[in-house]
Amino acid sequence: MVTLAVETLAVSRGGLPLLEGLSFGVAGGEALILRGPNGSGKTTLLRTLAGLQPADAGHIAPGPEALAYAAHADGLKPTLTVAENLSFWAAMFGARAIDAALDAFDLGPLRDRPAASLSAGQKRRVGLARLLVTGRPVWLLDEPTVSLDTAATAAFADVVRAHLARGGAALIATHIDLGLDAPVLDVARFRATAPADRFGAAWA
Amino acid sequence: MLALFARDLALAIRAGGGFGLALAFFLILVTLVPFGVGPLPELLSRIAPGILWVGALLASLLSLDRIFALDREDGSLDLLATAPIPLEAVALAKAAAHWVTTGLPLTLAAPVLGVLLNLPAPGHLWLLVSLALGTPALSMIGTFGAALTVGLKRGGLLLSLLVLPLYVPTLIFGAEAVARGVAGQDATTPLLLQGAITAGALAILPFAAAAALRINLR
Repeated sequence: MVTLAVETLAVSRGGLPLLEGLSFGVAGGEALILRGPNGSGKTTLLRTLAGLQPADAGHIAPGPEALAYAAHADGLKPTLTVAENLSFWAAMFGARAIDAALDAFDLGPLRDRPAASLSAGQKRRVGLARLLVTGRPVWLLDEPTVSLDTAATAAFADVVRAHLARGGAALIATHIDLGLDAPVLDVARFRATAPADRFGAAWA
Repeated sequence: MLALFARDLALAIRAGGGFGLALAFFLILVTLVPFGVGPLPELLSRIAPGILWVGALLASLLSLDRIFALDREDGSLDLLATAPIPLEAVALAKAAAHWVTTGLPLTLAAPVLGVLLNLPAPGHLWLLVSLALGTPALSMIGTFGAALTVGLKRGGLLLSLLVLPLYVPTLIFGAEAVARGVAGQDATTPLLLQGAITAGALAILPFAAAAALRINLR
């Protein structure tokens, strides 16, 4: 059972403090929904947890090696096919099989299509399927349902539920109701004082 | 690391990947020189080593800004940074892929293009050897420059300004080795120095490139 534990974390973006005194925990089998207005620091928080930028203060456990991060961009190469894109990430994370990930997001019929010919929602599904091939226990998801239709959103919620049932954990920044039985953390409560109040709205 | 290398090769070879671009540029540049300086065989064979080396250097500069910028745009770079592979290995794999798609074809084509510039006979071999030794350094230094400028919009020009001065030692020793080979002198010393630059670049610059990437990803 893996547990994501964050204690008195402070993060900033471009030198502006965004969040401070943030503490929360996500146990294996649980999800946590991040809410907050645009520019409140959700993306910055997720990037800090993923190890892409250093925290100003505080403690994060476990380290980035247990976390799989899904950003706004899907990281797909337009000239590679769906299967080639996924196989590449599988190889990078030391995995081999991509069939389960393809099936989970109903990508089987698209597997030999170049990513350039996919719609935005289909690309998003491939990007999310990448989470499954990483084999990492804690998922950090930044607006995962952008451009997904209702059916794909429901399928994604099922994938998250299956991941939680396997003992994984998920931290999801989203504004829609995924139908997950998960507590909500409003990051606006941890907004850093001073400069961020004046400029915070500029950071979307 | 091998997977990244193989992916970059596949991307370079497919449509829009830019494979062959450097080679075509090199070919055109070398063909243009006789038009510019006049078709004097003695003059051409005198300047051939320098022209061929400068041409190879400029050609390898062409595709440098693609090394990290495309991965940055589509989000792959963030994901690579969170993958189990260290960024040092990412930089090395990227440089290796860049060398195979530009440096290696240039090295193999240069002796043939030497004929166009009336490069005297023993010079072809020395050109091949010096390019084979020197072009890996060009790719590695270029990868470092690409890592430095990855966060900048249209950083290509700045990248050239940063990288070209760093190419100077490789150019000097490379062209000198060929010139000495043509003149029938011993070219061991410039080749050894060139090998030392390449070895040093391969040993140090992956770490420098990874540090630059970490700062630019913040």
